[in-house]
Amino acid sequence: MGKSHIHKPKRNFILWLMALLMLASGVEIVPQAQAEYGDVVINNQSDKAGMRPPIFPHWFHRIRFRCKVCHADLGFKFQAGGNQINMLKIIDGEFCGACHNGEIAWSVENCDVCHSGKPGTPTQVHGSTVQKLIGKPAPAAGQK
Amino acid sequence: MKLMKRLMAGTVAGVLVATLFASAAHAAEPAAAPAPAAGVNTFNRLMKPKSDRNPAQANDGIHDPTCEGTGLLQLPKEAFKDMPEASSGNYVDWVQALNKQLIKPRYDRKNPNEEPVVLDLDIVREVKGTMPDVVYPHDRHTMWLDCSNCHPDIFIPEKGKNQISMAMILMGQKCGVCHGKVAFPVAECRKCHSKKKDGSGGGKPAAQAEPAKSEPAKKPTK
Repeated sequence: MGKSHIHKPKRNFILWLMALLMLASGVEIVPQAQAEYGDVVINNQSDKAGMRPPIFPHWFHRIRFRCKVCHADLGFKFQAGGNQINMLKIIDGEFCGACHNGEIAWSVENCDVCHSGKPGTPTQVHGSTVQKLIGKPAPAAGQK
Repeated sequence: MKLMKRLMAGTVAGVLVATLFASAAHAAEPAAAPAPAAGVNTFNRLMKPKSDRNPAQANDGIHDPTCEGTGLLQLPKEAFKDMPEASSGNYVDWVQALNKQLIKPRYDRKNPNEEPVVLDLDIVREVKGTMPDVVYPHDRHTMWLDCSNCHPDIFIPEKGKNQISMAMILMGQKCGVCHGKVAFPVAECRKCHSKKKDGSGGGKPAAQAEPAKSEPAKKPTK
């Protein structure tokens, strides 16, 4: 009986203090994704295979290649997840493998550099207008 | 007496924890905007502060910070350091960066010296309402792209054959296949809606080609 009388104000005080601190320091309780505009997450198969989904940084490649190289010469369609890429095609020199072959760019043994997405991140073009308008696809659902 | 002592101890502990929390929070975000003044009525409530732009991959929300590869990636801020600024997208003016040769993206996968085939042809599209007409510049697009990227799948290369609306663009069709995904988004209205309706021409942003030409003129850059 007596104990609860002592603890209650203390507990309240600490809770109140923490709430105030969170407000003051501007800590966001739910962090919002704000990756680079145009980053493409491809999660057609990765989650199912127990691998982190790959993230393609458009901006990084745009500094080094014109759009035409991948989208005309290599045949990448303008659609996230719409290219049916898999590791076999890549090691046979298709899609990413046209450059990521140890000659033009580093080779496929660096799995983690591409497969660096948070598990469960759905296929998307990050920061796209469509994503902003109709919301993000459901986690791990994988957009087609 | 006992109660007082316990309360005092609690307060001291609380303040200690508070200072720790506060210093940790401040150390974690040195470039953050000044603390909001009054809760709900903050200035620019929905605007992302400049310090939040181009975050490192480890805290961008989609990369796994526990993945080794994440730490190997080039930081966007580092890459964009000397590039001309834009107000949306990657906050980089890619066309200017290319024109000023701040970046030298290859036009061919293997040959770093291959030059693009640039088509200098502007297409004017008259639009409904009071918005200025749209001038579509082929030159800035052919610097990056091949004709086959757009023709004939996205745009039929014939006058009057293509119906385009802002709704389609917003939903990722027509211009929206790139604009709103990788190329500058529709927030930058005047980049496309650049020709005054009264016929006085002009209106085209600086450092861009002159108004529409009737004859296509093919020429390589430089």
